Amino acid sequence: MSKPKLALYWAASCGGCEIAVLDIEEKILDVAGFFDIVFWPCATDFKYKDVEAMPDASIDLCLFNGAIRTSENEAMAHLLRRKSKVLVAFGSCAMDGCIPGLGNLTTRQDTFQWVYSDSPSTGNPAGVRPTTQVSVPEGEIEIPEFYETVRTLAQVVPVEYFVPGCPPQAPQIATVMSAIMQGAKLPPPGSVLGAGEKTCCDECGKPRKEKHLKRFYRYWEIEPSREECLLDQGIVCMGPATRSGCGALCVKANMPCRGCYGAAPNVQDQGIKMISALASVIDSQDPNEINWILDQIPDPVGTFYRFTLPSSMLRRRQFPTKSF
Amino acid sequence: MQKITIDPITRLEGHGKIVIFLNEEGEVANCYFQVPELRGFETFCVGRPVEEMPRITTRICGVCPEAHHIASAKACDAVYRVEPPSAARKLRELLYSAFFAGDHTLHFYALGGPDFVVGPDAPPAERNILGVIKKVGLEAGGKVIELRKRAQRVVSLVGGKAIHPVTAVPGGVAKPLSAEERDEIIEHTKYFVEFGKFTFAVFNDVVLKNRAYVDMILSDTYTQRVYSMGTVDQNNKVNFYDGLVRVVDPDGEELVKFHPRDYLQVLEEHVEPWTYLKFPFLKRVGWKGFVDGKESGVYFATPLSRLNVADGMATPLAQEEYERMYATLGGKPVHHTLATHWARIIELMYAAERAAELAHDEEIISTHVRTIPTATPSEGVGCVEAPRGTLYHHYVTDERGLLTKVNLIVGTTNNHAPITMSIRKAAFGLIQRGKEISDGVLNRIEMAFRAYDPCFGCATHSLPGKMPLEVQVLDSHGNLLASRKRG
Repeated sequence: MSKPKLALYWAASCGGCEIAVLDIEEKILDVAGFFDIVFWPCATDFKYKDVEAMPDASIDLCLFNGAIRTSENEAMAHLLRRKSKVLVAFGSCAMDGCIPGLGNLTTRQDTFQWVYSDSPSTGNPAGVRPTTQVSVPEGEIEIPEFYETVRTLAQVVPVEYFVPGCPPQAPQIATVMSAIMQGAKLPPPGSVLGAGEKTCCDECGKPRKEKHLKRFYRYWEIEPSREECLLDQGIVCMGPATRSGCGALCVKANMPCRGCYGAAPNVQDQGIKMISALASVIDSQDPNEINWILDQIPDPVGTFYRFTLPSSMLRRRQFPTKSF
Repeated sequence: MQKITIDPITRLEGHGKIVIFLNEEGEVANCYFQVPELRGFETFCVGRPVEEMPRITTRICGVCPEAHHIASAKACDAVYRVEPPSAARKLRELLYSAFFAGDHTLHFYALGGPDFVVGPDAPPAERNILGVIKKVGLEAGGKVIELRKRAQRVVSLVGGKAIHPVTAVPGGVAKPLSAEERDEIIEHTKYFVEFGKFTFAVFNDVVLKNRAYVDMILSDTYTQRVYSMGTVDQNNKVNFYDGLVRVVDPDGEELVKFHPRDYLQVLEEHVEPWTYLKFPFLKRVGWKGFVDGKESGVYFATPLSRLNVADGMATPLAQEEYERMYATLGGKPVHHTLATHWARIIELMYAAERAAELAHDEEIISTHVRTIPTATPSEGVGCVEAPRGTLYHHYVTDERGLLTKVNLIVGTTNNHAPITMSIRKAAFGLIQRGKEISDGVLNRIEMAFRAYDPCFGCATHSLPGKMPLEVQVLDSHGNLLASRKRG
């Protein structure tokens, strides 16, 4: 019997998801033995036409990491969707847009203007801009189009499963891959794999009190106790709105959660959930005082939607003169 | 005109593509190294609180998040004009040294190594990490995996997370190291140093004892004379974490030694329409196009350039090998691109020895690891040597510490021009009229960019597989004349 076929691909991502797969250590050899790895750009021959030549739905499992930022990313999403039986949005970028998704707070034009003209180290008096098709003396060369808006994989093609995390933690990846290799029955399409069904707070382990917050602190301002809940100490921690699964690594290192495992179970919008959680712990009835307390959180969108702006109800910043 | 496209080249940080044009005679007319990607961190970070940057900019690269984490934290220190306690600086450097040891190891064994250990003309299916293990023994392969595991462990003990560490904050680090954690780390660093010695032996046996390899390293095809850049300490020894940036000319004479905050006086970036990545160059010398020599402002920033600008290594075993390298290759500076592999394992040994020194420093378990900033934030530059080159983070904030401007010059970016030139030179030297473009020729062209350390993440991906490269020869009408693919 032929082996099941596995593909891994990276779109707009940092490569951390790929390192996370390698961090399952010797188990990577089991994966390599169980599957026929038909496509892994960094490991096997990476050519569109090789994938195009495969019969449709011939890849049993495709782990797709990275968001959709360029025309090349989008073309690969469509191609791999067509060729794969099960397509997994692997990691925060593919699932929610992740930190690069904060690009949706800006525009392509502003980005190009800064990067290629206004940034202080750039010398470009002629205003040269990278262009998708360029004539050089010897012929034509191309680069992909840089899109205005970052999209998640599921906003471009239908997706069966989601694996959260930036990056997904190696033990979670190992568990998912073992289950698949042992022939475990997969949950209904649309499910989240490789994570918990609670919130990050449930993994943190620090004792929590009834919260009555009179002010917030930024973490450079105070040296918080390692024994107490960070939110109790006035440091915004995304734990209450974030899905469990990472093991609360950041909080255990005395840094607040920033929400990389995405929205908690049964929560549609991580940012709104966090705003609601904070609203219930602010200890004031005085509107002026409430405003003052909220002003201690200097960047609400970049804090509450650090990892999920493209998949959230906000999706992107709107500009009055521009439609997206 | 014929056009050869290598798309994508692999084992590069992110995505990359090479286009080689042949003229009617079948000789190389020109060559373009394109980076088809832009992610826009500099603009979308505007408005973010500056202290979040060490946790945001890690996502520029999941292969070397430590470099961004630390450069960013240093920029935050500068923005808040705060000096971290000595123990915090040492913890950051410990994390950074462990990371360097892991990163350089994987490049040497999984990426650069196969070309030498297995051979540049070996069948592609063997020219990978598995081929290396076959050649040098299963035990060696186990050592590489073990080294990597231990390096990741040290990063997670100090940084909280192995991929995308979180603990560096303005004015220090978020948590001290416990005595138990320190004891564990000491054991790991012993392993690093032993591994460094083992790697020197492998390099000596496999590369230096093979005259053909030494000739290849010294050959003109892989040689270009450009300026060198790297960070040095107060004794002009190589340093990854802190110091002044020194630039020497192709003859080894110092052009400038500057504090990273003055980088704008030294560097400028050139823009081309056919790639999203810019081309930094030395302002004082000027952009003269993709040419080498003293009159051209092109510089490189790699393990080799770092050794070229320094007077030596700060640790004994690395220093010994440093002296041996320059003695063997005919003195300083060295401009043979393939010698970068040798320089890389010298840096690996320095990182291992430095990690061990720091782990043994009693201060490393001090609980005083933070200085709370008091100054009004404004502007700052943070700089480290990333494995792939000097990394600059430059932030400007408002009085609340919210970013108003962000400028980044990233390790690999420094080398965009020299990589382009190295590939071109290799292509000119290796593709000859009427001769078949063999697999070995393709691989030898790839070796020109691989020396710059495309990316260890991709390198480790070669574990199950092969090295892809496709060359298409197209005539002036875009018709496919010949296609050759290996892997």
